[in-house]
Order: sequence, then structure tokens, then C-alpha cells
Amino acid sequence: MRAETAETTEPDGGPGTFAPRPGAAPLGRMIRAQAALETRLLLRNGEQLLLIIVIPTLLLTLFSSVDVVDTGDGDAVDFLAPGVLALAVLSTAFTGQAIATGFERRYGVLKRLGASPLPRWGLMTAKTCAVLVTEVLQIALLTAVALALGWSPHGNPATVALLLLLGTAAFSGLGLLMAGTLKAEVTLAAANLVFLLLLFGGGVIVPLSKFPGGVEAVLHLLPVAALSDGLRDVLRDGARVPWSDLGVLAAWAVLGLGAAGRLFRWE
Amino acid sequence: MVDGLTLSVAHGSVTAVLGPNGAGKTTTIETCEGYRRPDAGSVRVLGLDPWADAARLRPRVGVMLQSGGVYPGARGAEMLRHTASLHAHPVDVDALIERLGLGSCGRTVYRRLSGGQQQRLALAMAVVGRPELVFLDEPTAGLDPQARRATWDLVGELRADGVSVILTTHHMDEAEQLADRVHIVEAGKVIASGSPEELCRGGAENSLRFSGRPGLDVASLLTALPAECTAVELAPGSYRVTGNVTPQLLATVTSWCAQHGVLPDRLSVERHTLEDVFLELTGKELRA
Repeated sequence: MRAETAETTEPDGGPGTFAPRPGAAPLGRMIRAQAALETRLLLRNGEQLLLIIVIPTLLLTLFSSVDVVDTGDGDAVDFLAPGVLALAVLSTAFTGQAIATGFERRYGVLKRLGASPLPRWGLMTAKTCAVLVTEVLQIALLTAVALALGWSPHGNPATVALLLLLGTAAFSGLGLLMAGTLKAEVTLAAANLVFLLLLFGGGVIVPLSKFPGGVEAVLHLLPVAALSDGLRDVLRDGARVPWSDLGVLAAWAVLGLGAAGRLFRWE
Repeated sequence: MVDGLTLSVAHGSVTAVLGPNGAGKTTTIETCEGYRRPDAGSVRVLGLDPWADAARLRPRVGVMLQSGGVYPGARGAEMLRHTASLHAHPVDVDALIERLGLGSCGRTVYRRLSGGQQQRLALAMAVVGRPELVFLDEPTAGLDPQARRATWDLVGELRADGVSVILTTHHMDEAEQLADRVHIVEAGKVIASGSPEELCRGGAENSLRFSGRPGLDVASLLTALPAECTAVELAPGSYRVTGNVTPQLLATVTSWCAQHGVLPDRLSVERHTLEDVFLELTGKELRA
């Protein structure tokens, strides 16, 4: 009966264009599509590119070539490259993700996706994939620049990867916590401010030993300090496993992701 | 705040939820969409609990929010294609873009689209997955007449193809044009339900107007009419009969006129529109 009506009254676009045939796409395909979209949007956004590509590359090049900051013994690039890699992870997983997600929440994107066949955990998986893909691009670029500047990395690549992953987890948790609880404009301002503060106070380009003792001890507990310190231990000094830094990152990851999981508001 | 609101919707029909601002239209729709958990009572959509069975319900339902829902930096066609890719058997995206006149916005990012284009994109996203049931929250708010007409056509097409549509609106003519059933909501309660015809027939009385010479004997006319009718001379020479205006009533009035040698000039039957019913039921005063 219904099919008949559709065939006889269809004005254009062919009969039964919208005849119900619901169904979710396979989960893997949905997550891939979502991750691809988020990566494209991120790489197309000028402000994001400034934050995640231009600033880290400029800092690495500038401070390696011009002796502005005293980075201790050895080549400046051997000190700076691990710090800038940590900064790259911070910029994508924390700052970039917090700002983008904050505005997605504000503009109802998360709400609308909540009504789509893509489950929420699938959305978060896709976001993580987009962050990881972006980080791979950043790290490839920054490594190439650092090598051109005379960087000679040491250590086990698997340990480096573990540090980067734990750092990503820690920053993602904190970024999502911010995006899911604050207003989009507040997130925008706060995420940029935190980026700037951590850039100087997180052992990225200024050695933490330049700070007074008490302050230095506290700064060491910051996730970006743990990440740049751990990466430096491995890449510059050839350390095997920087347990304490891994521990600090793991603690931040558990705290950040746990709090985000409980407090994140989708609308 | 929605209280004791009962809606039931037939398959393959268009249902309009009509009400003044703040009546609870969006709250009701969002509860059906699984965005809100009812404090009490039960909601079943396609036989499923939208909160508990959300994962099974979502692929079967299309949603158009009142505003937003798209990445500000995503291009129109890109977003629609992405939404399609989340479904197993989506409609042809290019044809849908063409159909809704979105061809020119394919490369334009969402935040630079006009309000009407954003609305149409959101509508396209709601139907692209070939859902059984579509929720449209004020689908024509802010649209120009052509775009509004295109939206109406699409709703008609969905219905013809067997898709159930639930839409909210405060345009009476929209509900009258599109809906098989209308629920008028006020302060979180359904205060009237029925087809547009039933509502127009039921709530308000229809009337019949004519002009003739002044001072006709209205009392005599009244005796010829069925009991529930009224007849008044509104202004000298201008008469109104109210009641259930049937062909029989019209014949009674004209034959009474003939008997009294009156030519009923400017004779007209005035059916009440849904707007009259709506205003009668929800009160004429503006509300915040």
C-alpha cells in the first residue's frame, strides 16, 4: 500500500528515493570517516596550523640557531628538539583539541553527532585518531628540521613512542575536561594561556634548573615538564626507561581522562 | 517542563506539534530523540525507549536540531557526505544537494552559509540516512518563501515514501498544509489533537456572512435555523450567522432571504483556520 503510493505520487527524484532503509554503517567505517573529517578540519584551520606547526618549528629553528637561552652543556638542538616534540604534543592534544571540541560543543556538533549512528565512544576514538595522525605529521616535520639543525638523537624509539602516547593521553584528558565543562570562549582563552605558560615554565625551551629550587620541584610535576624531561632523558642522554616521568604522565592521564569522563557535558 | 503530554504518531504520517514559544515543543521532541530522560512516564519511539535503547534507535531516526549541529569549518557538501557515510544505505548525496538547491554551497564552509542554507543543510542531514522517522524542530524558521516551499515539498515526499515525520512549528499554515495530525501544546500539555480539519471544525464555529438591506428581522431568521446557531446584524445591513455551516444551513439562509425578498449580497462562508483555533485555545496575548 505504502509502496504503491510512493510509486504513483513521486514528483521527482525517482520513486521511493526516501523509502526507509535505515541502518548504521559498519563501525570501522564510521570511525575512519569521522577521524578523516576531524583531521581535515584541523589541518585546514589556519589558527590551528599556527599553533601546532608554525610556532614549534619557529621556536626550534630560532633557539637552536641563536643563542638566546642558555640550554646547558652540549648542542642547543639536543636540548630543544625533545622539548619542542613535547610542545607539539601539547599543542595538538591539549590546546588544539580543547578549543576545537569546545566550539563543537557550543555549535551543537557534539549534540547532533549524538543522534547519529556513531556511538560516543566511537566519536572519542575518532578524535584520538585525528590527534595521533596530526602528531605523526608534526613529529615527522620537527624531526626533519631538527636533524637538519644537527640533532643527534639517541635511545630506544619504543620508549619515545610510549612517552608520546602517555603524554597524548594526559593532555587529551585535560583538554577534553576543559572543553566539556567551560564555555567555548573561556576554553579558547584559557587553553592558549596555558599553552603559553607551559611553553616557558614547562621545561620546553627554558631548562627547569633556571628556576628557584622550590618552584623547580613543583614544575617537574607538570605533564609537559615530565614529557619534555622524559624525552630528553632518552633522546639526549640515552636513558633506558624514565620511570618517574612516565609515572607523572600516567597520573595526569588517569586524573584528566577520569575527570573528563565524569564531568564532560555534551551540550 | 512538560507534564502528562501524550503523543502517538502513526507510521508514514506527518505530525505537527504546534504551540507558542516555551510551550514544551522542543523538550518533547528532544525527549523522543533521547537527549533528555523523562522524570516520569514513558516514551516509546518505534517501540524503543529512546534513552535506554538509544544505540538501536539512532540509526533508524533522522534528527534536525533547531539550530547548529555542523562543524563551523566544514563545507556544506562535505558535511552531508560525512553524515551519509555514517549510514548503511544513504540516499544519493549529489541528488539531495540538487533537490534542496544546495548546489552553490557545496564548497562554502558552514559558518559562511546563509541562515536558510544552514537550515536546508540540516534538513538534508536528517533525511540522508533513509530513516523511518524524522524529527524536524522548526524546519522552516527563518526561511524565505521559496525555501519554505521546497521544505514542504520534501516533507510531502518523505510522507509519500512512507517516512513518518514529526515536526514542530509555530506557523499555523505550515501545520495545516503538511500535517495529518496536529497536537497543540501549551504549558507542557497537549490541549487539542486531531487532523487540521477536525480541529477547525471542532474548536471554533464557522460563520456565514452576507449583506442585505438594514433592519432585517433577525429573530425570524433565527427560528428558521437549527437550535445552536446564532444570527446577528453586525452593522446596519451586514449579517452574520454562526454555527455548524453545512450546505443545508446555507440553503436555509438563502431560502429565508428569498422569502423576504432579500438578495444576499457578498455572501461568504468563513471557515475557521487553524490559526483561529490556535489563538482561541492558547489565548491571544503574547507570551515571553
